[in-house]
Amino acid sequence: MTHVYRLALAALLLGLWYAGATSGVLSPFFFGHPSKVAAQIVDWFATGEIWPHLAITLTETLLAFAAGTAGGVLAGLWLGLSPRTLSVLDPFIKAANAMPRVILAPIFAMWFGLGMGSKVALGFTLVFFIVFFNVLQGVREVSPVVLNATRMLGASRKQLLRHVYLPAAMSWVFSSLHVSVGMAFVGAVIGEYLGSAAGVGYLILQAQGVFDVDAVFAGIALLTACALVLDTIVTFAEARLLVWQPRADIPRDS
Amino acid sequence: MSALEFQDAVVRFGAATVLGGASLSIAAGEFVSVVGPTGCGKSTLLNLAAGLLAPSAGSVRSLGGAITGINRQAGYLFQGESLMPWRNARDNVAAGLQFAGTQDASASAQADAWLNRVGLHGAGDKYPHQMSGGMRKRAQLAQTLILDPPILLMDEPFSALDVQTRLMMENELLALWQGGPGPRKTVLFITHDLEEAISLSDRVVVLSAGPATRPIAEFAINLPRPRDVAEIRHTPEFQSAHAQIWDVLRDEVLKTYHRSVAA
Repeated sequence: MTHVYRLALAALLLGLWYAGATSGVLSPFFFGHPSKVAAQIVDWFATGEIWPHLAITLTETLLAFAAGTAGGVLAGLWLGLSPRTLSVLDPFIKAANAMPRVILAPIFAMWFGLGMGSKVALGFTLVFFIVFFNVLQGVREVSPVVLNATRMLGASRKQLLRHVYLPAAMSWVFSSLHVSVGMAFVGAVIGEYLGSAAGVGYLILQAQGVFDVDAVFAGIALLTACALVLDTIVTFAEARLLVWQPRADIPRDS
Repeated sequence: MSALEFQDAVVRFGAATVLGGASLSIAAGEFVSVVGPTGCGKSTLLNLAAGLLAPSAGSVRSLGGAITGINRQAGYLFQGESLMPWRNARDNVAAGLQFAGTQDASASAQADAWLNRVGLHGAGDKYPHQMSGGMRKRAQLAQTLILDPPILLMDEPFSALDVQTRLMMENELLALWQGGPGPRKTVLFITHDLEEAISLSDRVVVLSAGPATRPIAEFAINLPRPRDVAEIRHTPEFQSAHAQIWDVLRDEVLKTYHRSVAA
């Protein structure tokens, strides 16, 4: 039944947009026309023009996610296990995290050029802190009983790191996977939008430049679809990776 | 030679003296229970023997040697949930062997054998959250025993279980302790349950109320073995031992109680 309501709501919103745009109540210049937006999307895929842009945006997302997660895990484990270093670095970390990261985009563009590097760097700064703070929390909240029990079983310091701290921290990383993947995507698209030569963000920027609002909406629709697909993949990955965790939030809907 | 030897062991945390000159000697193969009022520092005694804690003064020796760092001759059964939640039962039981460098296949096979011995047939693939409290305790027991430590330290291991499961686990512990190949393990068992202490042990040691806890009395329990922990409670020998020990323990419990009420 829920599905019926959802479809009805989507149809209603699209219908209102269509009626408004066709009748002229909604100016097609500002709001576009759903049939033209659809035609633009079909055209992108029919000509194949969209693939290289999509590939670039998704590659940037993936690289930013991988680099940010790796960096966040390493830094989180290191500082989580060295409280003294952490207390020295604490204000710097807080400052870096408080800074609006988008403002770094121009600097990254100067450092790494207009190619993928600057987008990956922007995504990295967004993903890194999410993962870092989660790992830090994970390391701090390792059960002292599990830790002592594992030590009594003869685990060396290295084995404790590998078999206790890392899995404990990773469970926090996985639980923040939705946010960090989303942030990697945001970093890529914003980076492209602020200056690039390829990518879906670049397409939107180009369309905006010539007041082609239909193409802007088409790009937005495409990005939304991509984000939803990524989110679905994360949900699957999560279920596979966290089999050992009791699920309090088993999805009731299907 | 004693398996475990505490000599005037003192433990201070800051200004607080938790353990005040504890002396206790446990013979090899002996099953000794330590009872005392809540929060008197019973676990501190175990942590000393485990090498998780170093005495502020005095000494603790294990099989004649001084304890430096983790005591590798001892296995420790914790009161709380000590299984790694991200490992299934088999991998939890195999962990100690794995840390020691045993091949994975061999470690897994031995873990399965131990799971069977503690009554967890076919539960190897279950994660801790999928097991009941009793099953988790069995897995903890297997995880400790697979390394065959000559000394077993147990910190109120069954206190979180329901009464029936608890009696079963106590009987199985005794069966494993008496029935295994090789010499019997030395067991230091901490509990606040006097009945549990008497029914399991060769000797019951009573600790004084904290702070500065120390052993104040000990009682040999000469009940015949093998024992059934549920049956043995009804024998007159058990009852008289209980009355004797409770006579000493009651005063300490009352001291702790009055202090907690006054605070």
